[in-house]
Amino acid sequence: MRKVVVTGLGATTPVGGDVATTWSGLLAGKSGVRRLTEEWAEQLPVQIAAPAAVEPTEVMDRVEARKLDRSEQMALIAAREAWRDAGAPEVDRDRLGVAVASGIGGAVTLLNAWDAMKEKGPRRVSPHTIPAIMPNGPAAWVGLEFGARAGVHATVSACASSNEAIAYGMEMIRSGRADVVVAGGAEAVIHPLPIAAFAAMMALSKRNDEPERASRPWDKGRDGFVLGEGAAVVVLEAEEHARARGARIYCELAGAGMSADGHHIAQPEPEGRGAARAMRFALADAGLTPDLIAHVNAHATSTPQGDVAEVKAIRAVLGEHADNVVLTSTKSMTGHLLGAAGALEAVATILAVYEQVAPPTINLDDPDDEVDLTIARGEPYKLPDGDFAALNNSFGFGGHNIALVFRRYA
Amino acid sequence: MAASQEEILAGLAEIVNEVAGVPADEVQLDKSFTDDLDIDSLSMVEVVVAAEEKFGVKIPDDDVKNLRTVGDAVNYILKAA
Repeated sequence: MRKVVVTGLGATTPVGGDVATTWSGLLAGKSGVRRLTEEWAEQLPVQIAAPAAVEPTEVMDRVEARKLDRSEQMALIAAREAWRDAGAPEVDRDRLGVAVASGIGGAVTLLNAWDAMKEKGPRRVSPHTIPAIMPNGPAAWVGLEFGARAGVHATVSACASSNEAIAYGMEMIRSGRADVVVAGGAEAVIHPLPIAAFAAMMALSKRNDEPERASRPWDKGRDGFVLGEGAAVVVLEAEEHARARGARIYCELAGAGMSADGHHIAQPEPEGRGAARAMRFALADAGLTPDLIAHVNAHATSTPQGDVAEVKAIRAVLGEHADNVVLTSTKSMTGHLLGAAGALEAVATILAVYEQVAPPTINLDDPDDEVDLTIARGEPYKLPDGDFAALNNSFGFGGHNIALVFRRYA
Repeated sequence: MAASQEEILAGLAEIVNEVAGVPADEVQLDKSFTDDLDIDSLSMVEVVVAAEEKFGVKIPDDDVKNLRTVGDAVNYILKAA
């Protein structure tokens, strides 16, 4: 089976407009969560979110931007950075694939188009509306950007969507359908309706007066996640293809594991059994024993149930070795990017493996009594020299569980 | 008072610039929307709707396909206004 490696990274996130600023922000424990100043926020029970640090229209051509949903703008920005970072690989376009996810797609474009139609009539509905609202829009535009013809795919599994996209991209390379795959996810739904809807599910933190302290995974005071937006993209490549062109290799994408809870549409199975099975499958797929895992970039959204279920799952999978592993919740700083969360956390996991350092988790003042694992807090946490691997977990409404294993490349 | 040919051309050039980023001075009467100005069918719909609003005219979809050049559009709007 062909080995799959990571050769490029791109991101635009609540803590930075590219990978370098995002990564330095994460290592510094910087929060991207803000109080919303828009007028519409006043009527909402939740008035905080984690908007993109850099407006996409500031780094994109105006005419290009006007026909795209915000999530599509961000997908292109992240994909272009990842492609440049990979050295713009020369690859037969019939052997180039794309797998870029969105959890919700162009909901904001849809809502705004409906407002325009009600106010001004059907003639004023933009002809770009459908390409902007379709959930495969980000994937399709990224595919067009690079002329990818091996296949352009858009996985949809809520907050596990972009981890599923990366897993799918790996499979495209392993199965021989592609030599290079641009994979990741984008999401941009900071708008009153999605916020009201998530709030109605009791899923969001209401810590309106302390936005930067609202996302607090594993802390006793956690009260829900904070909605974030952004995009992250990785370039995956067959090992021999990357080596033949002398590419810089960040790490190996060694395996992926998938499972479903079969439990509830929005609540995690409380013992984390589904999450545990995804991690076990990922380790088996990577051909690893638990003792090689040094770091877990946890899903850890800051919801009361999910964070503890995941810790139980990690303990169940890693056994005693779990005591030697350090956990991070990127979402403590970025908020929850929904369909882009997995890809952003994949970028953080890849850099943790490459640079041997795990970012801290912020706002963890008083850990939940059921959290019995080591969490990187306050300061970046040194990871081992030599061979080790890290898990990146993503779980989504609907009970989707996807775990990825990234391994140091020597 | 109805707009003159020059005013319509200037107004269309402004719309084409907004929608497709084409420099306004390149929008001339003899230019084809698709071949010379590289405006695709979706963007053409935007140009037509914006022109309807700007000049207070109706351009039915069946007539849009006959508007090959900027001059065609200017003359159509001149007659319809």
